[in-house]
Amino acid sequence: MATLSVCQPQLGGFSFENCKRNAVLEAEVTKLGCNVPSARKTGTTICGVVFKDGIVLGADTRATEGMIVADKNCSKIHYISPNIYCCGAGTAADTEMTTQIISSNLELHSLSTSRLPRVATANRMLKQMLFRYQGHIGAALVLGGVDCNGPHLYSIYPHGSTDKLPYVTMGSGSLAAMAVFEDRYKQDMEEEDAKRLVRDAIAAGIFNDLGSGSNIDLCVITKGRVDYLRPHDMANKKGVRSQRLIRPVYAVTGNYKYKQGTTGVLTKSVIKLDLEVVEETVQTMDTS
Amino acid sequence: MNIFLILSCLNSLRQLQCSVPKATMFFHISAGIFMTGGMCAPVIPLSLAKNTRGLRSQLKDSVPVTGMGPQVGAYGVQDTLRSGFSSVKNELLPSHALELSEKNFQLNQDKMNFSNLRNIQGLHAPLKLQMEYRAARQIQRLPFLQSSHLALDTLKGNDESISFEDILNDPAQSEMMGEPHIMVEYKLGMM
Repeated sequence: MATLSVCQPQLGGFSFENCKRNAVLEAEVTKLGCNVPSARKTGTTICGVVFKDGIVLGADTRATEGMIVADKNCSKIHYISPNIYCCGAGTAADTEMTTQIISSNLELHSLSTSRLPRVATANRMLKQMLFRYQGHIGAALVLGGVDCNGPHLYSIYPHGSTDKLPYVTMGSGSLAAMAVFEDRYKQDMEEEDAKRLVRDAIAAGIFNDLGSGSNIDLCVITKGRVDYLRPHDMANKKGVRSQRLIRPVYAVTGNYKYKQGTTGVLTKSVIKLDLEVVEETVQTMDTS
Repeated sequence: MNIFLILSCLNSLRQLQCSVPKATMFFHISAGIFMTGGMCAPVIPLSLAKNTRGLRSQLKDSVPVTGMGPQVGAYGVQDTLRSGFSSVKNELLPSHALELSEKNFQLNQDKMNFSNLRNIQGLHAPLKLQMEYRAARQIQRLPFLQSSHLALDTLKGNDESISFEDILNDPAQSEMMGEPHIMVEYKLGMM
């Protein structure tokens, strides 16, 4: 086995060995005029609102990679614990890994305390981790859940600051969604009103922001019940190809040909072309 | 009378429980008086133990914070054989903003927690905890082999949490092994 001549054993965690090499590569590539591949972001609209009995979280479902839609139906509402869910905006991998790590930690913590975890605990864990990495982990999160103290909603920014508010929006479409919230939010709404409000806020983000699109996912959390509605509303349906019944089987690709006989035939003339044989050769194939 | 004397005696006792082959037991016992055991602990000779210094400076000795800088070997010059060729550009600045802070993160957390504990519960609490950490750190296999560090993890509370250290770059699954002779020599302080 190959050996490293080191004095102390290797530690786990992030390794910064390739940072200098990456910086040099990036400089070379931009000199040639090409672009370094960028991380997949979720340029998003996510939002949450506190209503009478609990929390409604909403998110769109588009993931972008630069100017291209990388995933038309990605799931942005992540599970943290049975009573706590978290929407994530920013770099897709960062939100995914961060929420999974915090979910594992919270599970271990709740096993050790034998209590249902609190939203404030998840908030504190997330904010301490994001601050430790000084914003290099690009995860902007909307954390919501119902615990023994009632419903709580937090927004967590990539550098580690948090806000505890009755309604929050994050992502590139946050301004559009916030406009809807500011107009129609009331304290102690009913569940249906809250769902309609969140749906309209996300729809505002989808239709007015390039980075958000496709469907609307909702997650309704109340004491003892979680409704994960995916998709709650398909705002952007793809067009359906026109189909025609050919024998009993439907054509997979749309058939846009006209029927035989659509155009009437007026005259028909057949001209035979005379071809004379000039040379005839036989080439044997090597089949051995 | 002096805490370091007690610590070093305890360490030499604990050394015997370390799972090392019999041939190197001799070196362990002789080095036990000088070494404080563990992977990244410096050598504290008996002569220094008689100094009466405040806890902060003692913590500084026991929790080394390494930064960027030329690797100084014996005789105060670059040890090319062991740490390779040096380049000022590579060593002056870290390659990433988080590199230094991540390298020293655990040490800084411990420093902070111990000084908080000293202010709240008095001097004995962090001292006793550090003694237990040093004892637990010595329960391991030879340095180039993979040890579970179960006792140390339980003491520190790492058995109830998962972080990037457990998921990324797991040393148990690394494709390269440390060079056995160099690592054992470093651990015994012979290097």
